[in-house]
Amino acid sequence: MIFDDEINNTVRYLKPSGIRKFFDLAATRKGVVSLGVGEPDFITPWHIREEAIHAIEKGRTFYTGNMGLYDLRKEICNYYKRRFGVSYDPDKNCIVTVGGSEAIDIVLRTLIKEGDEVILPTPAYVAYAAIIELAGGKVVEVPLKEEDEFKLTPEALKKAVSAKTKAVILNFPGNPTGGIMTHDDYSKIVPILKENGIFAVTDEIYAELTYEGKHCSIASFDEIKDRVIVINGFSKAYSMTGYRVGYILAHKDLIAMALKIHQYMIMCATTPSQYAAIEAAKNGDRDIEEMFISFKQRRNYIVKELNRIGLKTHMPQGAFYVFPSIAISKMGCEEFCEKLLEEENLALVPGNAFGDAGEGYVRISYAYSMEQIKIAIERLEHFLKQFK
Amino acid sequence: MNELLKLLEKNARYDVKDLAGLLSENENELAKQIEVYEKDQVIAGYHTIINWERADVEISKAIIFVNCVPERDSGYDKLAMRIARYPEVESLSLISGKAEFMLVVNAANMREISSFVAHKLAPTEGVNGTETMFILKEYKNNGFMFSDEKEDGERLLVTP
Repeated sequence: MIFDDEINNTVRYLKPSGIRKFFDLAATRKGVVSLGVGEPDFITPWHIREEAIHAIEKGRTFYTGNMGLYDLRKEICNYYKRRFGVSYDPDKNCIVTVGGSEAIDIVLRTLIKEGDEVILPTPAYVAYAAIIELAGGKVVEVPLKEEDEFKLTPEALKKAVSAKTKAVILNFPGNPTGGIMTHDDYSKIVPILKENGIFAVTDEIYAELTYEGKHCSIASFDEIKDRVIVINGFSKAYSMTGYRVGYILAHKDLIAMALKIHQYMIMCATTPSQYAAIEAAKNGDRDIEEMFISFKQRRNYIVKELNRIGLKTHMPQGAFYVFPSIAISKMGCEEFCEKLLEEENLALVPGNAFGDAGEGYVRISYAYSMEQIKIAIERLEHFLKQFK
Repeated sequence: MNELLKLLEKNARYDVKDLAGLLSENENELAKQIEVYEKDQVIAGYHTIINWERADVEISKAIIFVNCVPERDSGYDKLAMRIARYPEVESLSLISGKAEFMLVVNAANMREISSFVAHKLAPTEGVNGTETMFILKEYKNNGFMFSDEKEDGERLLVTP
């Protein structure tokens, strides 16, 4: 690289995503069956697509206000009240963002001062650590354990807290583990956050895919609500990944600060997508239910099949991933995935792409048709025979 | 067990093993449950949805609205059963609005449908009038699209 010395050091030394590396590898091959995708397999429900088309036809293609369309913010707040029992004011507590990704970025840039520590339970979605570092923060990883069902325990959290701790990232249901936190689980960590004045940045993008019981938002704990920042979006609940519509719900003073970054960097989320999102939030509850049932059934199927072929897999309670241990192979997860791709043309994602705590595991997405899942299981079963 | 019925309604070809996996149920118990549903006529039958136009086989379909008078003891039921027994009648429903019954009728061609209406349906005792609308093209049938226009959104192989 000829410009190395001139590049911003944080960017220069930022670790490239392990997923990107694996995508490049898989893309060179033909006939690959992949269970490596982190997005739903449903095409966006037609009534939502139709709203986006209608918005374009009607010429609704100008910038919107920085915070996003009022009607969309209103529907988002209605949705949070209706589905999770948490109240927010659309005028003061909500910004519509370009996907959950922008929301993560501007929230962390708003909060982090140089040298602040951010607690990150791992394995975790790949963007968190990178964005914390880009914002000048220091990542403090807390490994989530399979025996704890990949939940954040109060003991692990306490151990990670220091005088420099600014925030903790919560992503439950989580990518890549499918772990969830119940009301009981949260009630054990809320006092620690309160006592230490730690912000909870809670990415609830998979909230609608909570299989046992109802999703609990940590924002429902009034004693810390001012320090909870909810990140969510339309990608996973309504299968709208390509629309890029997310949002932040938080205390008005934090929203005012985050809005400063958003207005200079982004201006506003894509206008036709915002109109589509209004339709989703208003009339999409039935779509959520249908996708939920389909994902739950495929989860049941794949967990049973993986255990049958000898890959020890815990039953995840959320999202659309399973995170089985590959201990049986006595291989590192990258070697396992590379060999699997080479020998069986099957693409899974190595667990360590989500942090060191993911070593020894692979992420398998079941957002695929039954036909694809069956072929993948056959290939995996064939591959595993050599380890028996 | 509604989930089981919904799965079978969408795809009658699911085998019991897959259904057991999807629903986290015991395979034998599920097979027994399906048998019970079949016996009780909760599952009234299995059929395949065929796009005859694509198969290049000529068939004609019509929607027929039937006006009729209810009978003193049986209401519309007895008459409905008399009409429904004709093999040409694919479906029959009692409806609200200006007609009492809505039928979907299919036959080899329009002439056969006309003949069915003229010689069998219209003269049936209790039938006061019929209105026949021939189906010119089917775009969707039982939840399945019959269009050449495919939805071809493609996902990347691996994403975060």
